[in-house]
Amino acid sequence: MPDALLPHPASLPGWKGDLTRVPFWVYRDERLLKLEQERMFEGPVWNFLCLEDEIANPGDWRTTVVGQMPVVVARDADGSIAAFENRCAHRGNLICLDNAGSDARDFQCVYHAWRYDLRGNLRSVAFQRGVRGKGGMPPDFRVEDHGPRQLRITTTHGLVFGTCSDDTPAVEDFIGSDVLARFDRVLGGRKVEIIGRFVEVLPNNWKLYAENARDSYHASLLHLFFATFKLNRLSQGGGLVVSPNGGCSVSETIAPTEADDKSYAGMRSVDDDYRLEDLRLIDVVDEHPDRVRHQIVTVFPNFVLQKTQNAMALRFFTPKAVDRTSLEWIYFGYADDTPEMRKRRLRHLNLGGPAGFVSMEDGCVGGFVQRGIATAENESAIVEMGGAGVAGQPTRASEAAVRGFWSLWREMTGL
Amino acid sequence: MSALLRVAELNAAYAATIDADRLEAWPDFFDEDCLYKITSAENYKRGYSAGIVYADSRAMLRDRVTALRTANIFERQSYRHIVGLPVLGATAADGIAAETPFLVVRIMRDGRTDLFATGVYIDRIHDEGGNLRFAERIVVCDSSHFDTLLAIPL
Repeated sequence: MPDALLPHPASLPGWKGDLTRVPFWVYRDERLLKLEQERMFEGPVWNFLCLEDEIANPGDWRTTVVGQMPVVVARDADGSIAAFENRCAHRGNLICLDNAGSDARDFQCVYHAWRYDLRGNLRSVAFQRGVRGKGGMPPDFRVEDHGPRQLRITTTHGLVFGTCSDDTPAVEDFIGSDVLARFDRVLGGRKVEIIGRFVEVLPNNWKLYAENARDSYHASLLHLFFATFKLNRLSQGGGLVVSPNGGCSVSETIAPTEADDKSYAGMRSVDDDYRLEDLRLIDVVDEHPDRVRHQIVTVFPNFVLQKTQNAMALRFFTPKAVDRTSLEWIYFGYADDTPEMRKRRLRHLNLGGPAGFVSMEDGCVGGFVQRGIATAENESAIVEMGGAGVAGQPTRASEAAVRGFWSLWREMTGL
Repeated sequence: MSALLRVAELNAAYAATIDADRLEAWPDFFDEDCLYKITSAENYKRGYSAGIVYADSRAMLRDRVTALRTANIFERQSYRHIVGLPVLGATAADGIAAETPFLVVRIMRDGRTDLFATGVYIDRIHDEGGNLRFAERIVVCDSSHFDTLLAIPL
């Protein structure tokens, strides 16, 4: 797309001040969607596409989106993974219509039967030579010169990421070694198995959710379930890690000490009126030596890896409109889970998702902000907990990861 | 009363309890050892075991009500369940298998009224001395998409 069709950053209201003040218009201006799409989603970022396991065999494919760009990701005959824009080179029709499929040898557009290989290369055009010498494409039309845009692919920890840009650094550098180390903890070594997949439709700009996932400050304040049951208090151990580029982060909470446990009589609430009758909702079994009970990993711009107690999920969120976001939850366990551990994960998943004891508030709070800022285009949010910097901190009473998100967002959008 | 009418009556009472915000009475529709799960047709078809709500004891259902009343923050809202006639499966010695379509409309604080969920209840109903309780209620929503959040049970 020529840049002339994009809103020039200078034509937008602008960002006055530093990262501690986020102007509210950035959640409301529709022109930004286009700028974010081209400069960021199709820019130098690694977009989460799917799990490797979802396209395990040659001919397996899935459809997804990179921002708002429809994409096909497929396993080629040689076992490699390819991804390309889900748009026929001919008239722009979707090439793949379903969510997923298998045993594909090629893809054929339903509209005029233009045919693509599993990497998205145009292979043939129906009636290219016409019928009985009449019609058809001009003799100089070469299928090699046409095709949907192809993405560069990388994989790490069983996850498939794609980028539209030649400038995107290696995924290890993009995510950063400190953040990537937390991938190892959850995804290192053990084969994962998807056990559920749900979509939450959020009534807010996608960036409000991106901030929420990086905002360790709100966790014990908005989510009373956590605080009351001592799953996550800001006074508990833990901290915040931010990648060198600012865009990726880890928030982690360490288990209460044994002494704390005793003083609270197990996991009972300090508030006697409020206790769980069935403690199996939170009966964590440590699977790692670090006693981290709650870990949220974010990857810029729109991916989250989460482990809370023994529940594990991927979250992937994309803009549908300036004030509407699709949030996909992919729940997973390990393929070698014992039946007991699998049931434990199912119970602990009650904390997450659209009906989660902890996460349901994340579904609505973005909408509350979106409505609250209805006429606040000239005002700004305050993002100053923990100072003005974007470096990680040994506390979760900090908004460093939120500022980190904005620093990379501003770099990419030029705002 | 026929089994069909008894199950229809159970469903009517269940829906009325939720819609009238008598949530404290909702767990009593279940056995002490039970399974209540909210999932979707796609997840159900794939055999995915996770739900957006998963409770395998009546105590866990009570915990959900307590959390909704005490801990969770969401905008005031209510449901109107429209529950169809059950299709009964094989009747075993200890109970009845039933599938019942439902439609749930959500009414928000500001008056907005939207179709929130449709689907089918897939039930195993325990008949204990003429008292019907759910041993298992799998709420299979037709869509995997949920608007904003699901707080009140379906």
